[in-house]
Amino acid sequence: MSDQTNARPLSPHIQIYRWTLTMMLSILHRATGVALYAGSALLAWWLMAAATGPEAYALVRDISSAWYGRLVLFGYSWALFHHMFGGVRHFIWDTGRGFDLKHVEWIARTTAIAPLFLTGLAWVLGCMYLGVWS
Amino acid sequence: MSEMRTPLSRVRGLGSAKKGTEHFWLQRVTALANIPLTLFLVGALVVHAGADHATMAAFLGNPVVGVVMLLLILSTSWHMRLGLQVVIEDYIHGEATKLAALVANNFFALIIGVACALAVLKLVISQ
Repeated sequence: MSDQTNARPLSPHIQIYRWTLTMMLSILHRATGVALYAGSALLAWWLMAAATGPEAYALVRDISSAWYGRLVLFGYSWALFHHMFGGVRHFIWDTGRGFDLKHVEWIARTTAIAPLFLTGLAWVLGCMYLGVWS
Repeated sequence: MSEMRTPLSRVRGLGSAKKGTEHFWLQRVTALANIPLTLFLVGALVVHAGADHATMAAFLGNPVVGVVMLLLILSTSWHMRLGLQVVIEDYIHGEATKLAALVANNFFALIIGVACALAVLKLVISQ
């Protein structure tokens, strides 16, 4: 805090703790949320381009089909699924359930792995629709 | 006269943000709505991978798709506004900077929401 003049003891900072999956997922939930916030500008760009016309849309298509565009979209889709499963985890906790260590670990592992599968599935299907393997 | 109020009445419906549980509740309601809405968007994008402008404009111009897209835009822009508000309140401690960040957050979410909504409306109406 800026108004703190004397060196009073602080609560332990993040690097003090042993890293756990639950802790990492909590941080990732917020990080993906912030990333999706920024990514909403891309959604707006895509929709505005579609409404503007073929030329504006062609630019979106060119950039999104380039390797760096694909990379951003891949990250975007993972962030979306990860944040979605993080939200489901919070829904479970909102009901007052799943707080004991066994369930916390089980829910953490599921909500870490499931988004990876769904991201992979979406991209495999996307490649199929794109005709990559035909 | 504020001393006349009981602690319960001061707490009820208020809290530090003067909004009570409204923020928490709307975050959850929009989160719930976001699940089917974003699954629809991801599905639509997967199915239309590599589609040209005419195909995409025809798809987005469908009134049913337009309704889903408008709901998606409303729900997600609201959700992200609420979400980033919490992040700002957690990390920015200076009152002036915090106020500026909160206002900027509202402006950004509104601009994104209006831009997306206008684009979808145009695509549906000009269809």
